[in-house]
Amino acid sequence: MAQGATTPRQHYYVPQPMYWPVLGSASLFLMMLGGVFVMNASAGGWVSIAAGFMLILYMMFRWFGDVIGESEGGKYHGWEDVSFRWGMSWFIFSEVMFFAAFFGALFYIRVLSVPDLSSLEHNELLWPGFKGTWPSAGPGFEEKFSPMGAWGLPAINTALLLTSGVTVTIAHWALKEGKRGMLNLFLFLTIALGVLFLGVQAYEYGHAYADLNLKLTTGAYGSTFFMLTGFHGFHVTVGAIMLAVIFARCVKGHFKPDHHFAFEGVAWYWHFVDVVWLGLFIFVYWL
Amino acid sequence: MSAVVDTHGHGHEHGDHHGGYSGLMRWVTTTNHKDIGTMYLWFSFIMFMVGGVMALVIRAELFSPGLQIVNPDFFNQMTTMHGLIMVFGAIMPAFVGFANWLIPMQIGAPDMAFARMNNWSFWILPFAGALLIISFFTPGGAPGVGWTLYAPLTVQMGIGMDLTIFAVHLLGMSSIMGSINIVTTILNMRAPGMTLMRMPLFCWTWLITGYLLIAVMPVLAGAVTMTLTDRHFGTAFFNAAGGGDPVLYQHIFWFFGHPEVYIIALPAFGVVSQIIPAFSRKPLFGYASMVYATAGIAILSFIVWAHHMYTVGMPVTGQLFFMYATTLIAIPTGVKVFNWVATMWKGSLTFETPMLFAAGFLFLFTLGGFTGLVLSLVPIDIQLHDTYYVVAHFHYVMVAGALFAAFGGVYFWLPKWTGRMYDETLGKWHFWLTMIFFNVTFFVQHFSGLAGMPRRIPDYPLMFETWNKVSSIGAFGFGISQLLFLYVVLKCIRSGAKAPEKPWEGADSLEWTHLPTPAPYHTFETQPDLR
Repeated sequence: MAQGATTPRQHYYVPQPMYWPVLGSASLFLMMLGGVFVMNASAGGWVSIAAGFMLILYMMFRWFGDVIGESEGGKYHGWEDVSFRWGMSWFIFSEVMFFAAFFGALFYIRVLSVPDLSSLEHNELLWPGFKGTWPSAGPGFEEKFSPMGAWGLPAINTALLLTSGVTVTIAHWALKEGKRGMLNLFLFLTIALGVLFLGVQAYEYGHAYADLNLKLTTGAYGSTFFMLTGFHGFHVTVGAIMLAVIFARCVKGHFKPDHHFAFEGVAWYWHFVDVVWLGLFIFVYWL
Repeated sequence: MSAVVDTHGHGHEHGDHHGGYSGLMRWVTTTNHKDIGTMYLWFSFIMFMVGGVMALVIRAELFSPGLQIVNPDFFNQMTTMHGLIMVFGAIMPAFVGFANWLIPMQIGAPDMAFARMNNWSFWILPFAGALLIISFFTPGGAPGVGWTLYAPLTVQMGIGMDLTIFAVHLLGMSSIMGSINIVTTILNMRAPGMTLMRMPLFCWTWLITGYLLIAVMPVLAGAVTMTLTDRHFGTAFFNAAGGGDPVLYQHIFWFFGHPEVYIIALPAFGVVSQIIPAFSRKPLFGYASMVYATAGIAILSFIVWAHHMYTVGMPVTGQLFFMYATTLIAIPTGVKVFNWVATMWKGSLTFETPMLFAAGFLFLFTLGGFTGLVLSLVPIDIQLHDTYYVVAHFHYVMVAGALFAAFGGVYFWLPKWTGRMYDETLGKWHFWLTMIFFNVTFFVQHFSGLAGMPRRIPDYPLMFETWNKVSSIGAFGFGISQLLFLYVVLKCIRSGAKAPEKPWEGADSLEWTHLPTPAPYHTFETQPDLR
């Protein structure tokens, strides 16, 4: 780590003025406006979304390009490194709280709202015969559906993701030991496992829709199942893209055994999606 | 101390250069914490005016019983947007503006830890504001659901609701990035010898506020995301027929919403904790206990949320738990109030405008705290829920608490920011007009609330007429008085008398003791050694 708060420090890198942030805001605005149009079946929504998406891709290329250039140009030292560590940690904490909202909804629905809907007064006045057991799509849901079992594909996916946590750790160890070939190999394996996970997840969704009659619209069970696994899948996608960028940088020879926070930050993020998956496997699939 | 080594581009190191751009582009591209702080403060003031006009529409309609100026739909849109804009557009950005300006100077840092992300945090806000304003022009208008955006009403609203949901997402992103920046700055950028327990209290309150924001803004994002999918993608989070529950929304929202109250209040406490010692010419009484009280309030804020929901149907055990937890908050808050009073005790007090606002804060915020204590008690709250008593309570905390502190802070630091003094006489006029009209507006709302007048309704029975008339007159007086504030600030910037190096002799944080007035564009590029 860098010098503590009690030793005098050197210069802190304060970057030049730049356009990327405002470009990012404009692209978010375009995508959101487009999203509103699409959801309300107004014309032109997809155009706005596409424009915003292209803009934000460009913005990210340029902004991250600047940061990578600064890092490789030796502008970051121990002091900046500590900032990056704090920043990434707090960002992951915010992501944890985002998932907490959806896990909270799942627990509330399972423990309070579904059992309450089978209470005496509901049974007598509104929905006679509703049992209130989990999994449930609610008393007003007529169709038959099957819940997703835990010990088929989801268990395989758990193994895939946990293994990818091991491979990324081996890659990190190789980076610190200066074994570049091994680093590249295990980083590639991590990405491959992540992509395989996403493929299995997509297959599982197809299976749910085609064979189990389990859809996003399948009441409380379908809502919590698809929203939790969907947001997790989105985070795995983001994590895999981040790993891919890091992989490209490793191939180009970036990072040093003692200076590679970008790698570590992505590894932290990868472990975070891993842990979220364990929560999902236990509370969404298994119990 | 090692010398500053020029490791980056041109013209960024000394004096008044601000990088490569000039004119408007300087503000769009800036990475300087002072520029960004200034933009936050001006944005906040503009939103304060927009939200204020909405409040005046509400008060104009409520001047007399019956419907005369706006239809009920538009009235609902006004109450909703007034709340959203004041909370997310005016008060929160105002204190982020203070944080940007002051935290690097108070801890001896060259800038914020993530200067580019700082720019992004600000520049998301105008786009979020644009989404909110656009919603007025969609079919069905802006959502008229109340600022809390309760399901199931939100599930039934028109296009304006979708725009509002995305605006909340943007505001959340801005807050999270801003808070990560502030927390990281405080944890990593302090000058040698500036230990955590030597920091000015304003930095402490923002450290804890930043933590609260990072913890709860994502939860709000989750809540409105569920609303969005319930609206358009057929999920059943808030639909009992599908096994969900509209009350679920309230739980998630208030898990965000109650810490949000302290997100607004804690930085105000911080500002007041800088002002009162300066004009008492004494150090802050009980500094350590202030820090612990701030942390205590933050921790308690996570376990009291359901006191906003006593009437939705909750087991008595739940009501009791949330009642006891809520009343506990009075203890750390009381510690703070007594510490401020003890700081003033036997001090050589003078009452310049910042101190007037701080004293006004102390008096009125305490009143708002007491009505909060009243409302925390289940038997009373069941009577007063959704009445004007609640409206009076939270305006005592939000306006007389947060806004008074923000005004005090602006007067306190204007000399440091601009190098010029504001007009003391006009400042005092602004304070007294604000103080009097605030109470005319809101004190009487306690009476109409106790008599049973419901909030968020454009019409009312004849019996409530007197206090509503008084309240409306007060509101217009309050609104017009704020134009005086704008005039005082503009006059200060354009033609104020030159400020002395240290206009407040009792102020003792680094921005007063280690920096010239006005503060140069770049400060503490080499950190001061405070050991």
